Amino acid sequence: MGALSIKQVMKRYGAVEVLKGIDIEVDDGEFLILVGPSGCGKSTLLNIIAGLDTATAGEIWIGGRMVNQLSPKDRDIAMVFQSYALYPTMTVRENISFGLQMRKVPKHEQDEIVARVAKILQMDHLLDRKPNQLSGGQRQRVAMGRAIARDPALFLFDEPLSNLDAKLRVEMRHEIKQLHDRLKATIVYVTHDQIEAMTLGTLIAVMKDGEIRQFGRPQEIYNSPADLFVAGFIGSPSMNFIRAPVVRQASSVGVQLTSAAGTFHLPMVHLADQLAPWVGKELIFGIRPEQITDTVVSRHVNGFAHQRSVPIEMVEPTGPDTLVIMQLNGTRVVSRVRPEQAPSPGSTMDFVFDVSKAVFFDPQTEKRAA
Amino acid sequence: MAEQLRSQTAGPQLAGRIVIYSLLILVALYYLMPLFVMLTTSLKSLDDIRSGNLLSLPKSVTLEPWFKAWGEACTGVFCGGLKGNFMNSVMFVLPAVIISTLIGAMNGYVLTMWRFRGSDVLFTMLLLGCFIPFQVVLLPMAQTLGYLGIANSVAGLIFVHVVYGLAFTTLFFRNFYVTVPGELAKAARIDGAGFFTIFWRIILPLSPPIIVVCVIWQFTQIWNDFLFGVVFSSGQRQPITVALNNLVNTSTGVKEYNVDMAAAIIAGLPTLLVYVVAGKYFLRGLTAGAIKG
Repeated sequence: MGALSIKQVMKRYGAVEVLKGIDIEVDDGEFLILVGPSGCGKSTLLNIIAGLDTATAGEIWIGGRMVNQLSPKDRDIAMVFQSYALYPTMTVRENISFGLQMRKVPKHEQDEIVARVAKILQMDHLLDRKPNQLSGGQRQRVAMGRAIARDPALFLFDEPLSNLDAKLRVEMRHEIKQLHDRLKATIVYVTHDQIEAMTLGTLIAVMKDGEIRQFGRPQEIYNSPADLFVAGFIGSPSMNFIRAPVVRQASSVGVQLTSAAGTFHLPMVHLADQLAPWVGKELIFGIRPEQITDTVVSRHVNGFAHQRSVPIEMVEPTGPDTLVIMQLNGTRVVSRVRPEQAPSPGSTMDFVFDVSKAVFFDPQTEKRAA
Repeated sequence: MAEQLRSQTAGPQLAGRIVIYSLLILVALYYLMPLFVMLTTSLKSLDDIRSGNLLSLPKSVTLEPWFKAWGEACTGVFCGGLKGNFMNSVMFVLPAVIISTLIGAMNGYVLTMWRFRGSDVLFTMLLLGCFIPFQVVLLPMAQTLGYLGIANSVAGLIFVHVVYGLAFTTLFFRNFYVTVPGELAKAARIDGAGFFTIFWRIILPLSPPIIVVCVIWQFTQIWNDFLFGVVFSSGQRQPITVALNNLVNTSTGVKEYNVDMAAAIIAGLPTLLVYVVAGKYFLRGLTAGAIKG
């Protein structure tokens, strides 16, 4: 039995189904990310795990115990909230020890725990301050300290970084990741930010409309998305989706792409079998920006890389890379090239299409076709 | 250039200041005038009042009217001054204020942090209570007090004022608590705190600004109330407002304006005191919702 299992959890508000049967199994020490656009039910699911909300149906197991009937305090969890939810009238020390006090931990043990937590998070000097005397990042740290002091079986984070500015967010992200490594804690973390999901998670559940669209390791979700939504949601800039006819040419099957300069063929040697039934029909061809690049950095390997010349429409420098935008089959397609290779708009450039990680979706069902 | 700018703006600014301050002083004088008349009249002897005019200062200051108003003046046939009624008022105003404030705080806490099905409807219904005129509830209240066996008693008056004040106190606290993040209560629940612990340890310590507002409002309302006092109490149990009315209306030959004035000031003193002591918190509390912690 893992640290957390969620079995067929459903939530209905009247006729509205917020969660439509969620199943998740998480082992000790995993960092599970619930990610999805707002309104996908991820926060509701977290609240149900915490016991702050009740499921209409289904079971929640934490550390091998069914906790459906237990109140939040008996579930052996700690939660970090988006607004931090620090008690404003208490000092940092009192904030951290409040939970211990409630559970009647002896005073000297409380002091030890507070000291230990303060050391872990390097905030000894903040202990006697009130929350309104702290900066956003410090408040965030205190909120985590309160959770650590509890030493729970399961940590719950509800969009903890969304109130911070961009720079601080990156810093705190590192800190949370370090914390996870150091404490070997099991964490469930809700976010709508796919970068947070990719960088922090050891497991990601991508949610939409109260369902889990895909559940797996970050790299697996990135490389092999289950459907069009997941493919588009994970990754920034997001994956290019090009509607393209599947054609057989010579011995291989591939897609036909048309730019202003003319039509070309991209063979998909490794996907020939999967694509065979689609010959003569259209599929959505998915390729990430970093898989369309300039000729310098690309590795011509295994016959997956194909050089093609395409007129370019727009150039967006980001610093480390420059995004070069072209039109293929009437769709804007983003490529990622080295800044010094970026040409001026209107000219034509040689691109290398690496199709080894190309994916295909059925335009009707939006499910993965190949 | 800068010099020029300054001289250009300084002129109109000064003129504006003068206008504003003279207006303010004028308005302040207008509002202070009755108090001035009351104070000076209460310190004059009857001869002094007859010979001088309303605004003249007393020829010789006497505290006699104050002592008379406090201890000897006649209300109806009883001649023991206002001191008994003053204590009556204190005896029911303090408990009524404290109880209605506490219940209001609890109501506000439940309506914001422990929402339940229909809690918004309940709140709206409570709000309607703010618009019910005193006169409407007189008869049903009299009957209720009779049933409860607390008619014509201090407990009865406390009950009336608590019930009538609840709508207001609940409104105050509810509107204050909606600005408090609900996640606070959730965090406390996960920390293991129960309903009352969260209220006492987390929510109530946040509330001094709104408690002050509520106490001032309730104290003023209840202390100054005349109608409930005159209807639901009688004789020696009457509050000071009713006694003041009786005192002024009781005349044995000569109308003692100085005693009337002293009595009126005595009756108004506690509310005045509350405003002076807590006034700055009152303003702070009224705007508390607008300021982010």
